[in-house]
Amino acid sequence: MAEVEESSKPLFAGLSDISISEDIPVEGDISVPVGSQNSDNDFSTLDEPVKDTILRDLRAVGQKFVHVMYPKKSSALLRDWDLWGPLLLCVTLALMLQGGSADSEEDGRPQFAEVFVIIWFGSVIITLNSKLLGGTISFFQSLCVLGYCILPLTVAMIVCRIVLLGGSGLVSFVVRLIVVTASFSWSTFASTAFLADSQPPNRKALVVYPVFLFYFVIGWMILTFSPSH
Amino acid sequence: MASPDDLKFQEFEEATDLLSSNPGASTLSVSSPGAAASSGDVRVDLSDEEDNQEESSELLGGEKQTGGFWTFEYYQSFFNVDTMQVLDRIKGSVMPLPGRNFVKHHIRNNPDLYGPFWICVTLVFSVAISGDLFTFLNEMGDPGFHYRPQFNKVSIAAVTVFLYAWLVPLGVWGFLTWRQSVERHISGYTFLETVCVYGYSLFIYIPASILWTIPINWLEWLLIIIALVISGSVLVMTFWPAVRDDTRLTAFATMAVIVSLHALLAVGFKLYFFKTPTYTGSSHSGQQTSPATNHTTLAAEKVST
Repeated sequence: MAEVEESSKPLFAGLSDISISEDIPVEGDISVPVGSQNSDNDFSTLDEPVKDTILRDLRAVGQKFVHVMYPKKSSALLRDWDLWGPLLLCVTLALMLQGGSADSEEDGRPQFAEVFVIIWFGSVIITLNSKLLGGTISFFQSLCVLGYCILPLTVAMIVCRIVLLGGSGLVSFVVRLIVVTASFSWSTFASTAFLADSQPPNRKALVVYPVFLFYFVIGWMILTFSPSH
Repeated sequence: MASPDDLKFQEFEEATDLLSSNPGASTLSVSSPGAAASSGDVRVDLSDEEDNQEESSELLGGEKQTGGFWTFEYYQSFFNVDTMQVLDRIKGSVMPLPGRNFVKHHIRNNPDLYGPFWICVTLVFSVAISGDLFTFLNEMGDPGFHYRPQFNKVSIAAVTVFLYAWLVPLGVWGFLTWRQSVERHISGYTFLETVCVYGYSLFIYIPASILWTIPINWLEWLLIIIALVISGSVLVMTFWPAVRDDTRLTAFATMAVIVSLHALLAVGFKLYFFKTPTYTGSSHSGQQTSPATNHTTLAAEKVST
């Protein structure tokens, strides 16, 4: 009954009747509780020992390595991207492609700077290409994926150097060819598994081809590596 | 005599009658083949009807660049191609049929930078890698030869290819635009379309450079001639309609310059990256003597010691 009467009245007419009664408590404490020492550690990592920081980052990098070696459709690489892994892999690969003799008379071998530039510049260009074609992946996520997928090629480089210790004849060349081909296709397949979902469906091949070319060139550099006498 | 009944929406009733008789008809579909030509969609249908294509190209002419050159969307408009479109353009550059202008038939107001850029990059690496392979195969029988990768050739190849693919179209476009301003009846191309034509015409050199590793001399020159004819004809058929309204001297001179620059590129590749052992030109070829003379020098050394 009371509701019917109220609905027939004009709106807000009853507001003038409202007065704050004394038994509604409107007083309180507006001070923010200062967190204890334990809750501070959840937000700021300034106070932890350096070993913890390094180990945490190393563990993150190692976990991403595992994701690359067994590429499933997980989003860990994309969600928590970091560029430590690619930097580590790039420097390792460039150092191993040096061959050890710094002032050799041959100017044909790729210099450290050339390898570095090819890997990073190539990754940037491929990322720009995929973004220009309408991809939804962000710039650094793509750099992260491309850099981490160099891992199989770095492993192949280590294997090639070990094989070359035993001689550089035809057998070692065939073994190296097989290893490099397998690792380059593994790299392409792994990075495609991570990148392909973010592309428009009718342009997937346009985005995958530069990745294929990128890893092909790196594979070529690894395959043609020959140690100096 | 106008009656109130005539002022009713008769068209609307007709449409509803049509729709009720054929409830499966889609009124705004972009996937039905009959509606493809009349919708202003970006999709290019690849049927062979010339009229169909002219219509859709005129409608597509409204899709121009958006934003200024400092925005990302401006550059994104140059990459507005699908896989099938790129493949179709590559096919058109490899098989030039007389009468099919590459720009009008394949590019159709949608020039892209994806094709030219990645074809140039692929050409750089294919020429450098094939040159490496060629040198290796040639010197395989030479016991004194120690294989080392000629990696600096990649930089030289890159500079050459990119200069050719960007400066020459700039020159051709500038020349055509100048002639267009002088003589009104010449139709020119935009700069992007020129770059597109040149980029796609370089595609034939990629399989040619891979086949150049076969160390048979006459085969290599035959391949050069075939590749030159195919890509040269793409260029000629593109630019001939633009210059044929000009004086005969200018027209032929322009065509001659375009073809000769293209030939220079092919022959330059062959001579620099695929040096046969008898051609000693630069410091790298110090060890590239023919196996026969090397055997004789080895024999001479053996005799002398």
